[in-house]
Amino acid sequence: MKPVAPYLLLPVIMLLAFPLMSGPSWIALTVAGLAMGMMLFLMASGLALVFGLMDVLNFAHGGFITLGAYIAVSVLAPLTGWVNAGSWELNLMARAAAMLAAAIVSGAAGLAFEAIVIRRVYGAHLQQVLITVGGLIVADQLIVAIWGTQPLPLQKPAVLRGSFQLGGAAIETYRMAAVVLGLLVYAGMHFILNRTRIGLVVRAGVENREMVEALGYRITRLFVGVFVAGSALAGLGGAMWAQYQETVTPAIGAEMMILVFIVVIIGGLGSIGGCFTGALLVGLTANYIGFLAPKLALGSNIALMVLILLWRPRGLFPVGGR
Amino acid sequence: MADLLLTLSGVHTHIGPYHILHGVDFAVPDGEVTMLLGRNGAGKTTTLRSIMGLWTPTAGQIRFAGQDIAAMATPEIARLGIAYVPETMGIFTQLTVRENLLLATGPAGFKPHKLAEVLALFPVIELKFNQQAGGLSGGQKQMLAIARAIIEDRRLLVIDEPTKGLAPGVIVQLIEGFQRLKAARTTILLVEQNFEMARALGDSVAVMEDGCIVHRGAMADLAADTALQEHLLGLSLGALQ
Repeated sequence: MKPVAPYLLLPVIMLLAFPLMSGPSWIALTVAGLAMGMMLFLMASGLALVFGLMDVLNFAHGGFITLGAYIAVSVLAPLTGWVNAGSWELNLMARAAAMLAAAIVSGAAGLAFEAIVIRRVYGAHLQQVLITVGGLIVADQLIVAIWGTQPLPLQKPAVLRGSFQLGGAAIETYRMAAVVLGLLVYAGMHFILNRTRIGLVVRAGVENREMVEALGYRITRLFVGVFVAGSALAGLGGAMWAQYQETVTPAIGAEMMILVFIVVIIGGLGSIGGCFTGALLVGLTANYIGFLAPKLALGSNIALMVLILLWRPRGLFPVGGR
Repeated sequence: MADLLLTLSGVHTHIGPYHILHGVDFAVPDGEVTMLLGRNGAGKTTTLRSIMGLWTPTAGQIRFAGQDIAAMATPEIARLGIAYVPETMGIFTQLTVRENLLLATGPAGFKPHKLAEVLALFPVIELKFNQQAGGLSGGQKQMLAIARAIIEDRRLLVIDEPTKGLAPGVIVQLIEGFQRLKAARTTILLVEQNFEMARALGDSVAVMEDGCIVHRGAMADLAADTALQEHLLGLSLGALQ
C-alpha cells in the first residue's frame, strides 16, 4: 500500500502559501517554484537512480551539471544568429542543439567516468566519497582550463524571453518552458521505468541487486546505462539552469549539488517519484520563503529536509530497505 | 540411477577471512529431489550461494550439465536454467505480483500455458496478481518466490528453506505444491529444516556439518534409521514431527 500523505504535501504547501500573499504573486511564485523544481529534478534524477541501483554516492555529479552548462555555451556561441532571430523555429533549433549536445557530451563523460573511476569502488562508500570528490575537483579544473574562470554569458532564445500574463501575474516564458520540458522528461522516465522491461529491471535492481542477477540479468551493464543516462540528464539540467541564470561559472554544478542532495534525500534514496516530488517541494519552498521572509531563504530547504526527515526518516518514498 | 545434473567436487568457499566450505562433494540426479540437511551454520546456504555464483568458490569444481560453472557470474549461471529461491525469498516488495513473475520470464513475456500452470499450483497468486508484493503474507511471498522460479521451464530449482517461519497450514500447501513439481520430474535441490517435508519430498539426501558433507544416501534410508538421524542431525525425524 503506497502512503498517501506524502502526495498531499505539494498541494498543502501551495495552499498554505496562498493566503499569505496576493493572488498574482502566488501564481508567479508557484510557476517559478515549479520551474526551479523541474530543473532540479533533471539534475537530481540521475543521482537518485545511480544511488538507488548501485549504492554509489557520486559527489562528482555536479561536474556533469557544469559540463552541460558549458557545452550549451559553446554550442550557442556560433549560433547567436539563430538565438536572436525573429523565427521561433531557428530559436528552438538552437536551443535543441544546445540541449542535445549538453546531454550527449555529459553522457559520454559519464561513460568514461564510470569505466575509469566508479567501477573500482563499488560497495565501498568511503572510497566512493573520496574518489568522486577528487573526480569533481579534476573535472572543475579541466573546465577552468578549457573555458576559463570568468563568467560566460548565455542568452535565452528570443522566443523564450520576456513574459506573459496569467491571472494578473507576469509569468516568465522560460519558466513555463522549463515546466513543460521537466514534465516531458518526467513522463518519459515514468514510461520507461513503469512500462518497459528495462525499467522493470531497474526498479527491481534498486530494491535487490543480487536477486536480479540470480534471475539472469547482467546488472553491471544496466548500471553503466543508468549512469550514462543520469550523467546526460545532469548535463541537460545544467544547460537548462545556465540558460535560466543567463550566465555560467565553473561553480554552477557545485552550487547546485547541495540542493540536488536535499532533493534526493527528501524524496527517498533511489526513488524517481520521490525525487520529482522532492524537487518540486524544494523549488516551491525556496520561492515562497524567498518572497515571504528573504532572510530565512538560505536555510529554508535545510529546514524543509529536517522537518521531512523527522516525519519520515527514510524520505517521502523510501525504496526497499534503504 | 538417473544422470547427474549437478555435481560438486571438493568445493571450498571463503567469505572474507572465514573458511566456510571445506571440500563439499555431492551430486543432484536429474529429475529427482535432493535434500540438503544439516544443523544451523553447517554451510547449507553457503553451498547454494556458491552454486549460484553469489559467492565464488576458492577451490573445487561445480559442474552443471557437464559444464564447469564454478567461476561463472551469477547471471550466466541463471541463464543455464537454474532458478534460485533464497532463504529471504528475494521478493521485490515494491513491484506487483505480476511484475515479480514477469521478471523471471523470457523476452516474450508470459507463456499462457506456464502462467496457467503456476496459477493452478498457487491459486492465491491469481487473487493478488496486480497487488504490490510487499502486502503479501509470508506464506504468499514464499509461494510467489517458488512460482517465479517455475514460471519458465528450468532445469534445476535451488531452494533454500522455503518453510522457514511459515504457519503449519501454509507448509502443507507448499508441500502439496512441491509434490506436484516432483510428480512432473522437476529436478530440485532443497535445503530444509522441516523433516516432514524432507521425508515427503526427498529422493536422496546429503547431510552437512562444519562445511563438509558427512552423509549421502537415499532419503528413505535416513528416514528409516533413527540412530543415524540422531548421529547426523542431533534429533530423530520422528521426534520433530
